[in-house]
Order: sequence, then C-alpha cells, then structure tokens
Amino acid sequence: MDFLRPASWEEALAAKAEHPTAVPIAGGTDVMVEINFDHRRPEYLLDLNRIGDLTEWEVGEDSVRLGASVPYTRIMEHLRAELPGLALASHTVASPQIRNRGGVGGNLGTASPAGDAHPALLAAGAEVEVESAERGTRLIPIDEFYTGVKRNALAADELIRAVHIKKADGPQQYSKVGTRNAMVIAVCAFGLALHPETRTVRTGIGSAAPTPVRAKAAEEFLNAALEEGGFWDNGKIITPSVAKQFAELCSGACNPIDDVRGTASYRRHAVGVMARRTLTWTWESYRGTAARTEGVA
Amino acid sequence: MRVNFTVNGRPQEADDVWEGESLLYVLRERLGLPGSKNACEQGECGSCTVRLDGVPVCSCLVAAGQVEGREVVTVEGLADFAKQRAEHGGCASGACGTSLQDAQQWAAKGQDSQTGEGTELSPIQQAFIDAGAVQCGFCTPGLLVAADEMLENNPNPTDADIREALSGNLCRCTGYEKIMDAVRLAAARQGEAV
Repeated sequence: MDFLRPASWEEALAAKAEHPTAVPIAGGTDVMVEINFDHRRPEYLLDLNRIGDLTEWEVGEDSVRLGASVPYTRIMEHLRAELPGLALASHTVASPQIRNRGGVGGNLGTASPAGDAHPALLAAGAEVEVESAERGTRLIPIDEFYTGVKRNALAADELIRAVHIKKADGPQQYSKVGTRNAMVIAVCAFGLALHPETRTVRTGIGSAAPTPVRAKAAEEFLNAALEEGGFWDNGKIITPSVAKQFAELCSGACNPIDDVRGTASYRRHAVGVMARRTLTWTWESYRGTAARTEGVA
Repeated sequence: MRVNFTVNGRPQEADDVWEGESLLYVLRERLGLPGSKNACEQGECGSCTVRLDGVPVCSCLVAAGQVEGREVVTVEGLADFAKQRAEHGGCASGACGTSLQDAQQWAAKGQDSQTGEGTELSPIQQAFIDAGAVQCGFCTPGLLVAADEMLENNPNPTDADIREALSGNLCRCTGYEKIMDAVRLAAARQGEAV
C-alpha cells in the first residue's frame, strides 16, 4: 500500500489521474473501518487532510458552497440558518468524535443508501462539484448522483471538491429512525424542505431503497394540493387527508429490504410516519412565519 | 513509512509504520502508549478517543499518515495538559508536555483524600476516582479525554450536554450514572476554582 499525501488540490487531482484506483481518505470514518477489518486493501490511500480548501465553505446569494471535508460539527455550529435540514441531519451522525472528522464529501463518496446527509441534500436541492485533472470541473445534480447501492456518478479519475446546496427559503426538517439517539446507522430517514419561493415541497428518503431517493409522486401530489387549496397564501392547517395521502405516497416511494436493522414493511411504515410528522412540523413553522410577517406588514 | 508528530506536547517519530495503520496502533504499539484502548476499531465505542489538533477523535479511524506534523494528546498526557491549560491557558509545543518515558510509565495514582499522597491528576481524572466512576476501567481513558474537552468548552454543562458529549463512548459495565456524577463533580469543582 502507498500513502499519497498531496499538499494541494491540483496535486490531489494529478495523483488521482495517475492512480485511478487510489481510495480518497478524509475523515476516515468509513475507509479506516474497512481497512481495520481487512475488508479492503487499497493499493493507494489518497489523504485529503492537507488540502485546507476542502474544510471551508462560502455562503453565496442562493446557495452554500460546502467544502467536501467540512466536518459535520462545523455544519451544525455554523450553517444552521442557511442549511437547517443538513444541520439537523449532521446532528444525527454517529457521535461527537465522528462528527469532528466526517463530512458530506465522504457521505457522497461512499454513497451508502443509509448516509445521513443524503435525504437533506435531496430535499434542499444540491449539486456535487467534482473535478478531474483531464476534464476539469463538472456539477452533478444530486438527483443524478446516486446510481446504485454504494455507487455514484463519479468517474475513476474524479474527486469530490464541494457540494453546492440551495440556501433554505423556508422551513426544513429531518427525521431518522434508530435504536438510540447516537451511534446508529439509520433504519430509515426522511428529509423535507418547503420552498415557498417556488411554492414547492421536496423530499429525501434514506435507507429505504437501493439509493437515497426523492418521493416524487408524493411531492407532485402535495404541490398540487397546496396550490389548489391556496395553502401557501391562506396559511391554513394542512388537511389531515392531504397529509395522510402524502405519507402514503412517501411510503410508496420506498423500495426497502429486510435486514438486521429492520424489515421492509417496518421501513415503509416508518417513512410514512416521518413524512407526515415532518410535513406537520415544517408547515406549522411556515404558518408561524407567515403570520408574523403579515402582522409586521 | 515514517511519521513525525507531536504527542502530549513533545515531538515524536514513529518508524516502519504500515500505510494502512491507524493512529491508535501507532500510539499503542510503536510509541508504547497503551492508555488509548483498542476495542471496536470502527469508531463505535470511543475507548480510543484522543485529541487531534485539540479536537476529540477516534484514533482508530485516523490513518497514521494523516497525523504527520499534527498534535495529539492522549490520556497519558491529560494531567499535564489540564495543568498547563489551568496555569498558562495552554502550552507552546515542546516547551512543556509529557515526555514519552513519563507517558509510558504514567499511572493514575490519585491523591489520597486522607494522606494527600500521590501524583496530581487532572480534575476530571480525580473526579472519576472520587465519584467511583471507574469499574473495569476500559472505557475510562476515552471518557476522560471526551469529558475533559467538553468541560474546556462548556464549563457549566447540563445533563443533556454531558450525555451528548459522551454519547460516542460506551461503558460495558454500564456505570453511566457514576460517570455522570463524576463529570458533574468536575464541573462543580471547576466552577468553585474560578
């Protein structure tokens, strides 16, 4: 095994181009487990810790450019206003020790269906910035990024540099089912974001299909129901039948398996419950904000 | 490969390090510092917790090559680390710290409450002893490092804060209540001292 220690992003891209089988390691919270347990013996480890840019973020007008290695702890502490869904998701990641090391880039690189960041990214709307020495930078829409169980749209010579995540324009929520609050791989997870500017709702489901997925039929149904009832303007409580139908459609978007953490039917059920709850929480928050804005005006 | 880094305030060099080796292995097997415990090797249990550039991490999940040029504090250096922090608000690298030999021979001989004999411990270590928070002792080093860091940043933690800060450390003796007592005790003593 060789340990490659590029001092800059350009060096890292060159190393990855020269050794496409090199395994990038940043927080190490996935890669080191596999090495410790002898599940993986990569020919090259490509250490990204010396590249300072990767742990920085920029808050732009419409989106946040989040460096691939920004630790979850930092997201929780500094980006709660801009990325509330991802901040909540970050807080459910493992333990303080893991959150101090792990970041969204690793979650995307591993592309486990159970990765905690995915539902929040799907719900908020995001693009993954990847780069290769030969072809330069490209932005992959998050909906096209996950291609299979632990597979993603990265080419062998590419590295993940950053994620561009839409800044919240409305309330966002995140929910995760596990046996305790810390140190759990999600049995299933659900992210929901209200986008009042476009009058749309986006979702993300984790650990209940071969890849993280959006519940698109549920989103379309809810978008239409909210529009039809004038909910965005009148700020009324969501009709229980609408919430119920939304929850059922979210369950329907799942394609889960039975495994040690839970059964397929439990996952389907739990996703429906989380969908209804997160919709209620975010909508109550939206109504509160809308009422306050009206009061001020 | 060779790895140069700072351990407990002193520069150290580890030789013949395998590229896939963890920081935990380097500390225990190459530098003879077995205080950080090796249990799950997957970041679940927290018994290998050390400070890496001040931040608590599972040393089993840090690749040895990643610590080149960086600073690590292990439980063996915790007493001195806490002392320096209390007296000087920290320590310039190399100027103080715990030598490798001292660290290798370090043992938790707390001050006897009756005779006053014994070496000086960090406040969190003394609190663990006084509160009876040590049973088999295997999870203790990781808990000490994690709890010490929390008290550094949050001198008046609520019970929820303590639980959250220690949520990555498992105790299989399940002595969590005494551990909570110990952290509360250390926080209270820290408050009195100020």
